[in-house]
Amino acid sequence: MKSLAELQAIKERTLKNMSARNDSEDATRIVVGMATCGIAAGARPVMNAFTEEIARRSLKGVTVSQTGCIGMCQYEPIVEVFVPGQEKVTYVQMSAEKVARVVNDHIVNGNIVTEYTVGAVAK
Amino acid sequence: MYRSHVLVCGGTGCTSSHSNEIIEKLESEIAAKGLQDEIKVIKTGCFGLCALGPIMIVYPEGCFYSEVKVEDVPEIVEEHLLKGRMVTRLLYEETVQEDTVKSLEQTKFYAKQKRIALRNCGVIDPENIDEYIAHDGYQALEKCLNQLSTDEVINIVKDSGLRGRGGGGFPTGLKWSFAAKNAADQKYVVCNADEGDPGAFMDRSILEGDPHCIIEAMAICGYAIGASEGYVYVRAEYPIAVKRLQLAIDQAKEYGLLGKNIFDSGFDFDLHIRLGAGAFVCGEETALMTSIEGNRGEPRPRPPFPAVKGLFGKPTNNNNVETYANIPQIILNGADWFKSMGTEKSTGTKVFALGGKITNTGLVEVPMGTTLREVIEDIGGGIPNGKKFKAAQTGGPSGGCIPAHLMDTAIDFDNLTAIGCMMGSGGLIVMDEDNCMVDIAKFFLDFTVDESCGKCSPCRIGTKRMMEMLEKITEGKATLEDLDKLEELALYIKQNSLCGLGQTAPNPVLATLKFFRHEYEAHVVDKVCPAGVCKGLVRYYIDAEKCIGCGMCARACPADAIARTDYIAPGHKLASFAINPEKCVKCGACMDSCKKIQAIYKK
Repeated sequence: MKSLAELQAIKERTLKNMSARNDSEDATRIVVGMATCGIAAGARPVMNAFTEEIARRSLKGVTVSQTGCIGMCQYEPIVEVFVPGQEKVTYVQMSAEKVARVVNDHIVNGNIVTEYTVGAVAK
Repeated sequence: MYRSHVLVCGGTGCTSSHSNEIIEKLESEIAAKGLQDEIKVIKTGCFGLCALGPIMIVYPEGCFYSEVKVEDVPEIVEEHLLKGRMVTRLLYEETVQEDTVKSLEQTKFYAKQKRIALRNCGVIDPENIDEYIAHDGYQALEKCLNQLSTDEVINIVKDSGLRGRGGGGFPTGLKWSFAAKNAADQKYVVCNADEGDPGAFMDRSILEGDPHCIIEAMAICGYAIGASEGYVYVRAEYPIAVKRLQLAIDQAKEYGLLGKNIFDSGFDFDLHIRLGAGAFVCGEETALMTSIEGNRGEPRPRPPFPAVKGLFGKPTNNNNVETYANIPQIILNGADWFKSMGTEKSTGTKVFALGGKITNTGLVEVPMGTTLREVIEDIGGGIPNGKKFKAAQTGGPSGGCIPAHLMDTAIDFDNLTAIGCMMGSGGLIVMDEDNCMVDIAKFFLDFTVDESCGKCSPCRIGTKRMMEMLEKITEGKATLEDLDKLEELALYIKQNSLCGLGQTAPNPVLATLKFFRHEYEAHVVDKVCPAGVCKGLVRYYIDAEKCIGCGMCARACPADAIARTDYIAPGHKLASFAINPEKCVKCGACMDSCKKIQAIYKK
């Protein structure tokens, strides 16, 4: 170890891997429905796509977690996004391909991808 | 990236309740479900809430599972990790809310705590140097080596008001400045991890949960006083701490954070571990250094103080584990930050090991000046089984006790000394109305009699004589004159012993005599033990009105002390039994045999 810069590099690299351990109140939560119906409809690749996309962009303050049956089995895989201080947004019939857009438009830029939401699909 | 981190406590407490097996089972179950790339299992240091171990925390939800068993693991993996449904029955009760869980910091146990020395315990993986670095590790060392002069480092520590956490409370910065002043070709930094007080385990938990902070602090001290070598003297009874510390030293060497030319500053520092064989006296600094040198661990007179002539005859600085654990944070955040916590003369925080008759057994760190009541009632969860608080023993065999009427005393070095008590290393043993204070004093004195090294007579012979007097008292054979003699001898030993062991050995007796003299007098004058603990003074009785005359007790009695009387209680068919006190050996076997009827009691 020769310099502070080396120390900082290790710090940042490791913090990125430890981000799942920050259960702060103001984190954005992405919750994937992972009941039997969700898993059967392909929720697992969706969830993995979220974690990968977040890691790839080094996003801070975003966690991915799972929940049980959300109750609208015909719309699985369902993903709920909780941004602190805002109404929750429910995305339905998600796929790994749709994930990149949700992360880019909604999580990063704050624009809800209306066409994927339950409101748009259920019409 | 892992979407979920599962933290399992790998401290000594949880390890002994099988946390290692839990980790193995977790890993195999996770692999069986194909989740190994999504979920990471991390073994951490002590979370502090040892009473509820083994402890497991699942992030990102922050679920706090307590008293987890190996058999519970498949359910946690299947339900929580795979399907996202928390296993409510295993959640720590206080954290359960309607639709989510309360975070750990919001529970009563943690809310009033302020964690500085323990800040990384239960948070990082102690066997991974990167995680320590991620939590600002080794930045304080870099700051010292490349931005601060040795005097500046010592002044920051001085200004912070940090005092020795091993019990003495000597100002740390002042100690460093003594060792720094004495020029020599070689100086040493020593860490005292020979935590010997029964009931204290904060040093062990720091070494187990955050070993790198001790390495960093010792290197900082080495820079400040001009030492290039350090020794950590740790008990061989702490295998997990020793293993993690060694691993941490190896990792630090690999990164060049120990060794030659650290951070390109020209400063060299190397660290060694020495194992203690468990002699209590080796926690005394001169005995400790003698032991490191390879000799029999016996103290020597001071002066010369270690700062002048210490390890191998060279100037040496000696601090306790918890003291060192505060150093990196003080360097990073400044003396004013540290001073903003605690009281005027006792700054910062103190770790206490809560034990005895208390709901939340474990480790807590609170700002100095917190009252005993807050520690016991709010953080510790009070006394179990609805019993009444009687006293808290602080400082182990060198300390005293705080009685119930002083429960609102703000705990700091000077307040405790003022009431004739001692901070000690921070063991806090809580006692309720069922504890006999004479018996407690006897317990601790028994420990020091065993552990006296024998070098000086006041301690070797004096403590033994005190012990004999206490035995006389608990057997009901003492007179009031004996009480005065006991006190006189205690004060004599305190003044005339060679080292800290002897000088403090009479403290438990003196403190209990001061606050609970009436209990001693009850033993001496009335020949009773008010708490019903001292066997010699207890008498067993059979309630003739309750006794159904079954004779179970008479058969259980090994001394043939129980016989049938000719009294038949109203409503009973058989004559009751009675105990002959002349023959009774007070073993309690009769009472155990009468659990159903409960006609036997002791007084």
